[in-house]
Amino acid sequence: MIQQLSVFIENKSGTLLQILELLKNAGIQLVATNIVDTMDYGICRIIATQPKLACTILQEAGMSANLNEVFALQLDNHPGSAADAIAAFAQEGVGIVYLYSFLLGGKGILIFRTDNTERAKQIIKESNLQVINEEDLQHLY
Amino acid sequence: MSREDIRELQGRRLHKIVDYVYHNVPFYRNKLQEMDIEPDDIQTIDDIVRLPYTTKQDLRDNYPYGLQAAPQSEIVRVHASSGTTGNPTIVGYTRKDIGVWSECMSRCLTAYGITREDTFSVAYGYGLFTGGLGAHYGVENLGATVVPASTGNTEKHLRLIRDLGITGIACTPSYALHLAETMGKLGIRKEDIKLRIGAFGAEPWTEDMRREIESRLGLQGFNIYGLSEIMGPCVSYECECKHGSHICEDHFFPEIIDPETLQPLPRGQQGELVFTTLTKEGMPLLRYRTRDLCSLMEGECECGRTAVRMTRIVGRSDDMLIIRGINVFPSQIESVILSTQEFEPQYQLIVDRIDNLDRLTVRVELRNEFMTDLLPELAALEHKLADKLKSVLSIRAKVQLLPQGTLERSQGKSKRIIDNRKI
Repeated sequence: MIQQLSVFIENKSGTLLQILELLKNAGIQLVATNIVDTMDYGICRIIATQPKLACTILQEAGMSANLNEVFALQLDNHPGSAADAIAAFAQEGVGIVYLYSFLLGGKGILIFRTDNTERAKQIIKESNLQVINEEDLQHLY
Repeated sequence: MSREDIRELQGRRLHKIVDYVYHNVPFYRNKLQEMDIEPDDIQTIDDIVRLPYTTKQDLRDNYPYGLQAAPQSEIVRVHASSGTTGNPTIVGYTRKDIGVWSECMSRCLTAYGITREDTFSVAYGYGLFTGGLGAHYGVENLGATVVPASTGNTEKHLRLIRDLGITGIACTPSYALHLAETMGKLGIRKEDIKLRIGAFGAEPWTEDMRREIESRLGLQGFNIYGLSEIMGPCVSYECECKHGSHICEDHFFPEIIDPETLQPLPRGQQGELVFTTLTKEGMPLLRYRTRDLCSLMEGECECGRTAVRMTRIVGRSDDMLIIRGINVFPSQIESVILSTQEFEPQYQLIVDRIDNLDRLTVRVELRNEFMTDLLPELAALEHKLADKLKSVLSIRAKVQLLPQGTLERSQGKSKRIIDNRKI
């Protein structure tokens, strides 16, 4: 599993830029980012090169930010690989709470959270899915 | 009645009520004894300035029945209004109190022009709030036909207004405008309904609102004023002159005081309105501070009534908000937020009037440690707080989450409340 940074963002212009500039000034690189929004606010989810440092910097700047662990799967870069991976969870009745994906070093990366972490870990093992951790991710940069 | 006759009656009744509370309410007996006042010292209405004030805090300290003068067996009804930090204010009424209330309410309706021939819809909330039942009993007492519509279900209500040929209505002025809006949506025209008289109160309103309501609903709109601690709606009413509200001063004696020095102010000056109940049995109050700011008007009214008039309420001497006719104290909201660990003890209240209905938005800061990557968890926190607020305030507020540290930390209270209603 890898560390994901979640930041509360007010629904007003300039808030996202403020986050990105803080990370830029600290020399932290974004690997992937995703925003979910409501009428009034949103959550910005970030995979970054130095997640702990990024979290500290944002918190010190007065932002509501925290770290949590999410699943990261490395997939072959061909059509249908995501479907095959997710099918393993669906068959076992494990729900995907949120998911986003990106390409890195020629590999497809799926980032997601499930509604049953323990069961999801078993499924990954049983299905021989290629899970990656923080260190694996560093090698792909 | 001539002014002299009114004052003579008020003096007699004041003596009687002081004597009554002295012998039936320990709270008042102790206060009067501390001030070295015997009931017989109070003989004329001018002696009222010697009496102690009563505040909402006194009602709260003596919750629930501490200020009640009549034995419980004589109490036939209780109403409750919101308290500032939890305890509501309980008011018990004897059968005679209900009779006086109904009679004063009928007096208001008669001044507006309502007769036995009218069908009158009461669209104040029925229940612990005094608006619904108070107006209801007045209409029945007058002999007109009462339609207890209460609040909500606006479309059904409008159909009844049209189909029953309802001629009079009592509601908040903002609800009257909401009715007008909904009429437009349903395709009901002003010409399709027979409304001719509206009694509007329980929240402040302006002459502009009156003009708009009158033109959109095709009726004459009159102010009605009251508060549950004193009785309920019926304490004062506008006559056909619509120039100040006549006070039922044979039952409720008004004074205007300086809220800082507590000194009575001469007639015509603006200050805090204070009432003494002259005839009440259940829970009589001496010099109750309403916190409403207004002035008493000089001179006789063109309608011929000699009862003194009060101006519109121009503000409050505390920070109470009136939202959809319901009294809301910021301290109530504060105590709910303080009891919820996920939020910082900072908040901002925003009151808007959208489509003529008041909307309260409570902006709160999420504590950093409760930040999550899951949106539904944040939405659940908002709902949890909204539900808690609903149970305390009786109205629904929209909760808006903010990141910790967003709201300005100021010393004063002013920034905490933003009222955009322009009333």
